[in-house]
Amino acid sequence: MKFDTPAGQNPIDQLKVVGKATDRIDGKYKTTGTAPYAYERHDVAPNQAYGYVLGATIAKGRVRGIDTAAARRAPGVVAIVTTLDTPRLERGRMNAAYLFGGDAIQHYHQAVAVVVAETFEQARAAAFLVRVDYAPEPGRFDLAAEAPAAPPVGGNSGEGSGAAGAERVGDFEGAFAQAPVQLDATYATADESHAMMEPHATIAAWTGDRLTLWTSNQMIAWSKGSVAKILGLKPENVRVDSPYVGGGFGGKLFVRADAVLAALGARAAGRPVKVALTRPLIANNTTHRPATIQRIRLGATKDGTLTAIGHESTSGNLADGKPETAVDQTKLLYAGANRLTAMKLARLDLPEGNAMRAPGEAPGLLALEVAMDEMAEKLGIDPVEFRIRNDTQTDPMKPGRRFSHRNLVGCLRTGAEKFGWAKRNPTPGQVRDGRFLVGIGMAAGFRNNLLVKSGARVRLDRDGRVTVETDMTDIGTGSYTIIAQTAAEMMGVPLDRVVVRLGDSDFPASAGSGGQFGANNATSGVYAACVQLREAVAQRLGINSADAVFANGQVRSGNRAVPLGEAAQAGELSAVDAIEYGDLAKTYQQSTFAGHFVEVGVDADTAEVRVRRMLAVCAAGRILNPKSARSQVIGGMTMGVGAALMEELAVDTRRGFFVNHDLAGYEVPVHADIPRQEVIFLDEADPISSPMKAKGVGELGICGVGAAVANAVYNATGVRVRDFPITLDKLIERMPDAA
Amino acid sequence: MPDPASLDLNRRDLMVGATAAAAAAALPTAAGAASAAPAAPVTAKVAFTVNGERRELDLDLRTSLLDAAREHLHLTGSKKGCDHGQCGACTMIVDGRRINACLTLAVMHQGAEITTIEGLGQPDNLHPMQAAFVKHDGYQCGYCTPGQICSGVAVLDEIKAGIPSHVTADLNAPMQVTEAEIRERMSGNICRCGAYSNIVEAMTEVAGRRA
Repeated sequence: MKFDTPAGQNPIDQLKVVGKATDRIDGKYKTTGTAPYAYERHDVAPNQAYGYVLGATIAKGRVRGIDTAAARRAPGVVAIVTTLDTPRLERGRMNAAYLFGGDAIQHYHQAVAVVVAETFEQARAAAFLVRVDYAPEPGRFDLAAEAPAAPPVGGNSGEGSGAAGAERVGDFEGAFAQAPVQLDATYATADESHAMMEPHATIAAWTGDRLTLWTSNQMIAWSKGSVAKILGLKPENVRVDSPYVGGGFGGKLFVRADAVLAALGARAAGRPVKVALTRPLIANNTTHRPATIQRIRLGATKDGTLTAIGHESTSGNLADGKPETAVDQTKLLYAGANRLTAMKLARLDLPEGNAMRAPGEAPGLLALEVAMDEMAEKLGIDPVEFRIRNDTQTDPMKPGRRFSHRNLVGCLRTGAEKFGWAKRNPTPGQVRDGRFLVGIGMAAGFRNNLLVKSGARVRLDRDGRVTVETDMTDIGTGSYTIIAQTAAEMMGVPLDRVVVRLGDSDFPASAGSGGQFGANNATSGVYAACVQLREAVAQRLGINSADAVFANGQVRSGNRAVPLGEAAQAGELSAVDAIEYGDLAKTYQQSTFAGHFVEVGVDADTAEVRVRRMLAVCAAGRILNPKSARSQVIGGMTMGVGAALMEELAVDTRRGFFVNHDLAGYEVPVHADIPRQEVIFLDEADPISSPMKAKGVGELGICGVGAAVANAVYNATGVRVRDFPITLDKLIERMPDAA
Repeated sequence: MPDPASLDLNRRDLMVGATAAAAAAALPTAAGAASAAPAAPVTAKVAFTVNGERRELDLDLRTSLLDAAREHLHLTGSKKGCDHGQCGACTMIVDGRRINACLTLAVMHQGAEITTIEGLGQPDNLHPMQAAFVKHDGYQCGYCTPGQICSGVAVLDEIKAGIPSHVTADLNAPMQVTEAEIRERMSGNICRCGAYSNIVEAMTEVAGRRA
């Protein structure tokens, strides 16, 4: 189905199932531990052996030799594959680092061997008997040191944000120089780790030249192609299966070392092999969100109209790696006649930087939305009003190009009202509650809506049961449920008559999970297939599909009503289709918007920050399942608290690695860090986006929320920290009335 | 409680056994070999009750209780998130108390009563805490969920038993199931998807129903 004109009235608009807050259909499996994750598939292949991955202990250099003699003699060892046993393997899609093969070490904890044994304990013990001889080379590990000489580099996150090396509108420098009120501030954000709860894991089994991977991956079609490329196989000989994914956040967009080494280990062992990356390996072996240094310059008239907006960001990456696209949202969020956005990329020898939840916007808004708070204070204008004054309904970079639907102002006004913004004391450091200095902050949230081709197959059996099959993944996002809701709405059956099967590369290729593009596109693909199935049902029943009404498990036409399953009595009906998009995304700018409001308490003596209240108001098109969409948003808000207050991969700039590479050293928010969170979805539908009239929402929660936390800390204390995360050591010496 | 007498090997036997095995394995190696072959794994029998069923296993002594469940009993509901006691995904209830099953060896639990997520309820017969997690969407990807639920069940029991926490203000007053108590006691169970707010709602509802 080609979607090239805005959607009219369609069966989804009935909203009998879609749009209702719905318990997840996979919930009973997840809560009972019966949902099978990658490493747990005892049922799929007999006689599985265990692989244990060894990572390099240098950041850069060469492997001179690997002594596996002792390891090979160890009890239970079945096979050992080292990086010297194979030439450097090709890279998969979107990766800068090579995963395995050859003697070159590009980054710390790059995989150098996999030891396969009868048991996990034996594989682990034997792995530590492998001796690797390295020839280390000096590397570059310090972003701040490399930033001044970094060249301009454009790039795209592949997840919806992108920018050129430099983009200009009007005369930024001139307008900034002439602006009566100016802000020029530099912000830093930290390297962050996805730290999803399920480690990267794969079971690999070969049948001749055919390889099956039961793995944990967000993008099945990409990964099938990548596995074929990396291992030199025909794509049709690769099957990838990920029905349950224990979190990804961008870290599982790609094939990683677990999949490659399970496959190589299985080939060497002559039997299925299962590999999970150990937790301490993940931060350095896989990808991370790169640190940034961002300079923001804002110029405004005294009445608070922005006349100059400049945002420059520098990040670092391996050769062939991309910049963190932190300036992307600044092209679109506020009006302003004179604009500059620019990115520089330093060459670093740290592990690969790549997409993590809302790549670009998450760190970009940490800087931009603190800068907006600082500017509002300089202007003496309320931060909410300042943002509303600079709202735009058209793309500021391309005059005349409208947003498909933009209600940022509604988000900000609704949020201000519900959160009690009017009661905020704009003078910092004035509100005390016991030992805590209390502050309130806000920020705007912004993330683009991406349109990506997505396919599905829908089958109808004689019992009237509808089965949806697509390689779409559910990484916690709620895909199972919204896909079932879509099929139920389209075919006129209750939710429990729909079976959803996901994550298998034998199913039609979908958009996959990333860039908050999964929900809208995957359900639109299911919509397209259901339109075909409705047509097939009507034909089989000999009725005009235009007259057919699908409701209550029946197909009605005029006075005739037959059970839906009737259409499949002579044999199952099946329909395959995909949603494909025309140029509506070019004609219109499609984005989603939020207003984030946060209250913090900062301990007056220790400067410990406690988040007390959080509210997000979201304008993101039709919300398909308000229950799981709300969870996506609060999850983003939680990760945003992490970015604002605690998350930081600490770089050893001498040896070149992330030091705190486990869940004790890399702190993420825990229960005690997160208060009750509120989410309001503005009631809207965007017919320009898709037939579902939905947009992305899964990353909107993290976009801007960290800045709201930072602005609340400032309102509480009067201390402005521009170097994230805002840990107490950065606050304590500047706290008011510090004893 | 574990019954030390029913262990096949006591601690001293284990050490002796390990040494003997090492010596035995080393014997055939030629003198002066660069590295001695490592000892063959020492195994021991252990029996415990898992979800009401007596299970007997012959395990490598290095096998964690978590891997005994996941790899030997094929009870994969308990998750391995870190294998270092840092995330809580492996939480089981052993002799009435929640523990990180990755941080304890299986052979240490001779005679124990072990409850895993599979023992609390099944897909068509949910435990009230499991049902409350579904109702309040107290999960997303589902990987930390079994640990959260086992921890959640045990936390309510801990509060009922009057066991104080870091945030308990008055040790002499009857213990209350407050949101602060839940958040404090649940903080060893990380949820990277960020379902905390919903999990607290689910636990609060179950606690209220039981009261």
